[in-house]
Amino acid sequence: MKMNALEIRNLTLSVDRKPILNDFSLAIPGGEIHVLMGKNGMGKSSLAKAIAGHPDYEVIRGEIIFRGENITQLPPEERAQRGIFLAFQHPVEIPGVSIANFIRAAMNAQNKKMETVAFYRLLHENMDRLGLNRNFSPRALNVGFSGGEKKRCEVLQMLMLRPSFAILDEIDSGLDIDALKLVAGNINSLRSETFAGLVITHYQRLLDHITPDHVHIIENGKMIHSGGPEIVYELEKKGYALLNPEETS
Amino acid sequence: MTPSRTSFPENMEQNQMQSADFHFDMPYALDAGIGLNRDTVEYISTVKGEDRWLRAFRLQALEAFLAMPMPEILKPYVGNDLNFDKIRYYLANNQVPQHSWDDVSSEIKATFDRLGIPERERKFLAGVEAQFDSEAAYNRIQDTIAKEGVIFVDSTVGLKKYSEIFRKYFASVVPINDNKFSALNSAVFSGGSFIYVPKGVKVKQPLQAYFRINAQNFGQFERTLIVVDEDAEVTYMEGCTAPRFETATLHSAVVELIALKNSKIQYITVQNWSNNVYNLVTKRSIAHENAEIRWIDCNIGSKLTVKYPTILLAGEKARGEVLSIALASDNQTQITGAKMIHLADGTTSNIISKSISKGNGLASYRGIVHVNEKLKSCKNNTQCDALLIDHCSRSDTYPKITVHGDKNNVQHEASVSKIDEERLYYLQQRGISQSQATSLCVNGFVNELIQEFPIEYSVELKRLIDLELDPKNKK
Repeated sequence: MKMNALEIRNLTLSVDRKPILNDFSLAIPGGEIHVLMGKNGMGKSSLAKAIAGHPDYEVIRGEIIFRGENITQLPPEERAQRGIFLAFQHPVEIPGVSIANFIRAAMNAQNKKMETVAFYRLLHENMDRLGLNRNFSPRALNVGFSGGEKKRCEVLQMLMLRPSFAILDEIDSGLDIDALKLVAGNINSLRSETFAGLVITHYQRLLDHITPDHVHIIENGKMIHSGGPEIVYELEKKGYALLNPEETS
Repeated sequence: MTPSRTSFPENMEQNQMQSADFHFDMPYALDAGIGLNRDTVEYISTVKGEDRWLRAFRLQALEAFLAMPMPEILKPYVGNDLNFDKIRYYLANNQVPQHSWDDVSSEIKATFDRLGIPERERKFLAGVEAQFDSEAAYNRIQDTIAKEGVIFVDSTVGLKKYSEIFRKYFASVVPINDNKFSALNSAVFSGGSFIYVPKGVKVKQPLQAYFRINAQNFGQFERTLIVVDEDAEVTYMEGCTAPRFETATLHSAVVELIALKNSKIQYITVQNWSNNVYNLVTKRSIAHENAEIRWIDCNIGSKLTVKYPTILLAGEKARGEVLSIALASDNQTQITGAKMIHLADGTTSNIISKSISKGNGLASYRGIVHVNEKLKSCKNNTQCDALLIDHCSRSDTYPKITVHGDKNNVQHEASVSKIDEERLYYLQQRGISQSQATSLCVNGFVNELIQEFPIEYSVELKRLIDLELDPKNKK
């Protein structure tokens, strides 16, 4: 049996004493990409932030196991150092800190230090792959970026840091169709036995380019459906009501 | 004799900045005693062998100091922490600085070695003055610029050897009774730099002064006067440190800059005071026709700093700039800013102030931009940005702008931002520790401004900021 990259066991989560997730479980085996869908405000981004260790999310019960290790109590940087990467839905602006310097600092912190020339070569290569102008590298992180530029910059960081597990929170929002194809292609390029991912999205259009192994649907902090990728197309046609027959009648 | 607080670090390079917190217990041959009265002033003047006019000047200043009320901002501290009766006003072993480090006494040489001064001198300085408590212990300038007539001595030597030019400009920009602390300095001043750059001489490398406080319960009152003649240029840098004592230390300097027609002066301060130091400094300059004065002022450490470099733009088309960075950590107050006084047509000024408050630290900007009546084509740009690191950090901005006439252009921008949890979390999510994430945000905040500084100083400043933010380092 394949070892799980990530396993969430009976997680109950709250923020400001407000319950967000309730007895939530999820397992993502190594090498697989799973998709998490659900309406707005159902706890998708909360789950993403909690996996990555956001201090506002309090674990009431349950465990987050990463490659066999209980990381529930670890600070965010130690989770990152173990290989967890979160592409943020809303990346924050960091004035005065250039993309290049920031990525270098992150790589150094993760013991992925590179010598300067090699670093810039790789950075520029990856920028080219994402259709980001190389002139971007000295620009302050996310400051004045368009929505699409921010998302591409998140993927750039992922390509540079090469995490073993990535959570992509609405990476498709703000991207036009060409950019979407580029970004999806780059996510696919990471697929391997040693990489696993959780893709959070509203739309099937991203899934035209990334074929998930599994789709999970969350509502009111609980998992209401887990299954193969085919559900996505039905959802697209019928909406989330599909999973909630009472509402359709 | 051995250092009494810390032992010599194994790795000098790495520990250079931390090592500012050490001192030597040593006897002083010249000591004006504790407290301030007429005798103290007479003692200082006698020891220095001063002329009668200077003695009279000091005594007049003492009267002014005693008569002037305490500034409001200091009232909470005076009598508690800051007690004028418990301070020692003059401590020295010699009045004559040495011109070779080999001749400097071993404790003093060890002090400046640890602060990296001789090494910097070899690398990129045109001249160095190193003051230890009240007097300069070392002073030297490169022969090549000495031959061009550049004078760089301490004020004691300056007053003796170059009294004619010294006296002409002395107290011309900061009169005795400008404020209580300029009066105090005028009464008991000792040390500081005197610089004269003759017409047309452009000093390429910086001249550096280093002010070191070694003794406890001590007040350092250096007096600096820089006169740059027509078409001449100079960059002066000062660094200051003191060991951490349980009791208060007072540093109260007066600095006067005179930039004659078409000249340029750049004055750079990087202070890294320990947080028992009261740093109450009067810095003022006058720019004549088409002259340019730039103050770069970095205030790190101290218990309380009150300092607003001022530029009197007295001649047509004179230009003034103050770039300042203040970092107020726990239990520290930084009251800094700039004053631009436009007195002639076509004068321009620029103020950029960046302050960082950490813990319960308070950073205040106070500034004045004044444009005289009937002037035209004057410009000022003021930008004040504050960064708050913790929930309890504070920052205030008090700009005062008085513009007469409508043919001038003045603009003021201010911003306050906070290193919030979301920003730190974002950085931590990439594997960066919380303290490193904070330091990255702070460096980002000051980055654009630091790029304006000479490279040697930008590197040092970044290191000082990192050190100040490091939770392991309690000053």
